[in-house]
Amino acid sequence: MAGKGKDSVMGTIGVALALCLVCSVVVSFSAVYLKPVQLQNKTQDRKKNILAVVGMYDPSESIDEQFKQFETRVINLESGEFAEGIDPASFDSRKASQDPADSIVLSGAEDIAGIKRRANHKEVYLVRNDDDSIRFMVLPVHGYGLWSTLYGFLALEGDGKTIVGLSFYEHAETPGLGGEVDNPKWKAQWAGKLAYGDGWTPEAEVVKGTVNAGNPDAKHQVDGLAGATLTSVGVTQMLRYWLSDDGFKPFIKKVT
Amino acid sequence: MADSKKDVLLDPLVNNNPIALQILGICSALAVTTSLVTSLIMCLALTTVCACSSASISMIRNHIPSSIRIIVQMTIIASLVIVVDQVLKAYAFEVSKKLSVFVGLIITNCIVMGRAEAFAMSNPPGLSFLDGIGNGLGYSLILIVVGTVRELFGAGSLLGYQILVPATEGGWYEPNGLLLLPPSAFFIIGIFIWILRTVKTEQVEDRDFQIHQAHRGEAA
Repeated sequence: MAGKGKDSVMGTIGVALALCLVCSVVVSFSAVYLKPVQLQNKTQDRKKNILAVVGMYDPSESIDEQFKQFETRVINLESGEFAEGIDPASFDSRKASQDPADSIVLSGAEDIAGIKRRANHKEVYLVRNDDDSIRFMVLPVHGYGLWSTLYGFLALEGDGKTIVGLSFYEHAETPGLGGEVDNPKWKAQWAGKLAYGDGWTPEAEVVKGTVNAGNPDAKHQVDGLAGATLTSVGVTQMLRYWLSDDGFKPFIKKVT
Repeated sequence: MADSKKDVLLDPLVNNNPIALQILGICSALAVTTSLVTSLIMCLALTTVCACSSASISMIRNHIPSSIRIIVQMTIIASLVIVVDQVLKAYAFEVSKKLSVFVGLIITNCIVMGRAEAFAMSNPPGLSFLDGIGNGLGYSLILIVVGTVRELFGAGSLLGYQILVPATEGGWYEPNGLLLLPPSAFFIIGIFIWILRTVKTEQVEDRDFQIHQAHRGEAA
């Protein structure tokens, strides 16, 4: 069937090429054109989550205005020092964790949170008291649940031990089961729990079932999520990891 | 062939509903209907994609080589889905977070492909556009019904407003956890089809085979 019709070989290739061209222009135009708005949304969402985790979010006021109370710093996880050379505005720890020069690979035994690589630097958000001591610190944490990596913020009080809140801004757990990590009632249980036991051992955990208030460990524990054992275990492991020496412990000890 | 514009637009709602009669697009109807808001956005997204893809495929239908017909349709649908996904991420960020992967999966929604192949390939653009809208609305009708039932009885709220206060928050209502899980949508869609076919008996399909008369006698 050689010839000029639409069903000839040349016709087919021509139509395919033209179609690809048109479609790719449409797709790239929308992606490029909408990118700034999308990025803006993402940063706003992060800021909103940081404000909300310490209970300072007020929906009636501008997020940017409220976020001015926070001081964003980049820290070196290993030493626990502030990394002065890195601009917090442009630092992205997710990107950094993919960069072999600025991250470490975790071996199976170290990688209890299931995150495979960890950046050497991490951003932290601080709220200071009038006397310049730290009132709240908000630490970005992430770890693997059942289906997805959960990204969230852990907020601690200035003593570095008392939990103010824990919330997740990105995950894909089962709605109604593991997705209940977003349930305000469940999240509220974290407030006032102690992240560390004696001698700075990370003790915060999600138990299976409900917390027995008589148990001496109850001050570290919150109720498990019904029907979401693996997500609950994931949250516990995530906290254990990020509160350990590999996580934020050196920094927390240094600033408290 | 239903040629009048009104028929093309309204037939898919009840008489020829893509989910209830053709049993297409079930997958996303199970996945996104846990709450009414996500259902509504999904309906809007699917209707837009279905209408625009039908119209654009219909516009170039006389130039599409038959050997790569399906690929051409897929490419157009996929491009539109990406555009819709980008728009949602930009202007409905919260909802797009909840819908996550399901907007992308509109590409594989049988309704969109089905209308492109069955209708848009042989009808003019205007009519195909209406047909796309009509089928999108037919899909939406089911999603809204399922979404309402699931959110109201599964979580005790509608559009996020608490209507039945669950027992865990001091009310009397014991939420039905099953309704938050995908299988419950099967039951609701099944009941919907049952009611629809009881009212519109012409939708009942013929039996695939009849039990032999002799067996019936034995059973009796």
